[in-house]
Amino acid sequence: MSVTATMLPVVARPRRRVSFRAAFGLGALLLIGGSAVLAPQLAPWDPARQMLTKRLRPPMWQAHGLREHPLGTDHLGRDILSRILHGGRISLGVGLTAVTLSALIGVTLGLLAGFFGGRADALIMRIVDVFLAIPYILLAMGVVFALGPSLLNVILVMGATRWVQFARIVRADVLSIREREFVAGARARGNRPLRLLLRHVLPNALTPIIVVATLELAFMIIYESALSFLGLGVQPPTPTWGWMLADGRNYVATAWWLATFPGLAIMLTVLAVNLLGDWLRDTLDPRLKV
Amino acid sequence: MALLSVEGLRTQFATGAGTVRAVDGVSFAIERGEVLGLVGESGCGKSVTSLSIMRLVPPPGQIVAGRIRLEGEDLLDKDAEAMRRVRGARIAMVFQEPMTSLNPVFTIGDQIAAAVLAHEGGRRRAAWDRAVEMLDQVQVPSPGERARDYPHQLSGGLRQRAMIALALAPGPQLLIADEPTTALDVTIQAQILDLLRRLQAERGMAARIFEEPLHPYTRGLLRCLPHPSRFGQPLSSIEGAPPDLRGADAGCPFAPRCPLAIESCRRHEPALAERRPGHFVACPVAVV
Repeated sequence: MSVTATMLPVVARPRRRVSFRAAFGLGALLLIGGSAVLAPQLAPWDPARQMLTKRLRPPMWQAHGLREHPLGTDHLGRDILSRILHGGRISLGVGLTAVTLSALIGVTLGLLAGFFGGRADALIMRIVDVFLAIPYILLAMGVVFALGPSLLNVILVMGATRWVQFARIVRADVLSIREREFVAGARARGNRPLRLLLRHVLPNALTPIIVVATLELAFMIIYESALSFLGLGVQPPTPTWGWMLADGRNYVATAWWLATFPGLAIMLTVLAVNLLGDWLRDTLDPRLKV
Repeated sequence: MALLSVEGLRTQFATGAGTVRAVDGVSFAIERGEVLGLVGESGCGKSVTSLSIMRLVPPPGQIVAGRIRLEGEDLLDKDAEAMRRVRGARIAMVFQEPMTSLNPVFTIGDQIAAAVLAHEGGRRRAAWDRAVEMLDQVQVPSPGERARDYPHQLSGGLRQRAMIALALAPGPQLLIADEPTTALDVTIQAQILDLLRRLQAERGMAARIFEEPLHPYTRGLLRCLPHPSRFGQPLSSIEGAPPDLRGADAGCPFAPRCPLAIESCRRHEPALAERRPGHFVACPVAVV
């Protein structure tokens, strides 16, 4: 009878530790990261090698496609697949270092502002306001223009313009964490302020930091693309996804593959990082563990 | 020499609506091995008194007068660093809310071990073993397994036991328990108080909690306790509300609500007088 069925105790289904989305994100990221690391071994061609006799060849599955250029060639006859593999090294490397740099600056300043309050808070948040008031691209353009476009300068500029994202979130979180009783308790046990900050406040603010970091990694890849697009990023012939996208747009009506494949690479990376970030956020919070 | 002596402690909060005199001339002494109970309605300054002793009164609160001596050393004279070394190591505190008093992202074993390491040093492994031992002492069942639990996995009673273990880990001379049982249900309250009393007995201390109450306020408070002999009757209460702590009026603060108040009570604050040997009362009409 159906009544007996409804009276059975409800057995909670065990929570799956790794969801499909997380596995997909992790898998895609490993694939992208791995192929970036192994680009010199994997790439069939030298990414800078020009073959003018084989210009603008479509991907191999289309008419006039060549088997030795699976994703086609660009307007200088360079192999798109090889350029994407090599470009990944730059795009991911720049993105990761820039996020690390901006997280270091932003989290430190956000912790100080939120925890100590008063003048430190007022000063740091006014600096944040200044950074928010100036369009970051404009700021980056000015700085890169003054310092000259090099890989290091691009990373520095990206880190130094985006740290406000971390600082604001961390500060807001710390403002509420520092009022919680376990912080008062830790203080009453004679913990030093630095230790309170690092052991009691920071670990409890980690969740939003991780989420922001993943969002920012995605943003940084696009940011680098934008700077390259404007000619202020990493300089040619070094291939980056952003530059390939920018360069390819001139031919998009006649040769769609020039812009499409680097665009797909950016999209896949950003998606994978975001999926992984969601999963990390859920996993690192002990209250959500069963 | 008393372990802790507090003399004429005044702690005030300067607010936009006037100065709140949260603690207004409190004096008491605690001998080694003694238990002192601070009893009163909410909002009458019990917590602020504890926080003043720890010198952790949150701004805009300020200790404006008085002496707080721990084994003769004046805590109010100490610089921030010296005071920090007193907290935890010599005076420990257990807070009201076991639900939020533990760091949610570390296991309780981790937290107790960290307290042990901070005060005694030594190896991580030894600190962990000590943490498990502490949990055992506060009667946490299967302490080895519970040490690996996060605070949210424990019940309120177990969390409060873990808090007590955490407070006792560095071996303090004085434990301040600020309403350690408020957030718990009555059976767990009894267990926790029992535990505190047992720990105190184990550490070779004598308890002397209540004497016969003399002050009308204390008597009023104790009449509020439910008692089996008055089963079925409405609970007693003290009529009225605690005084507005911003007020600067003279007289006994309890006078407006006191059934025994006489004219002099309203005019000036009664002085503390020894009405029985060792028993001081600030009330001219106290029934001795």
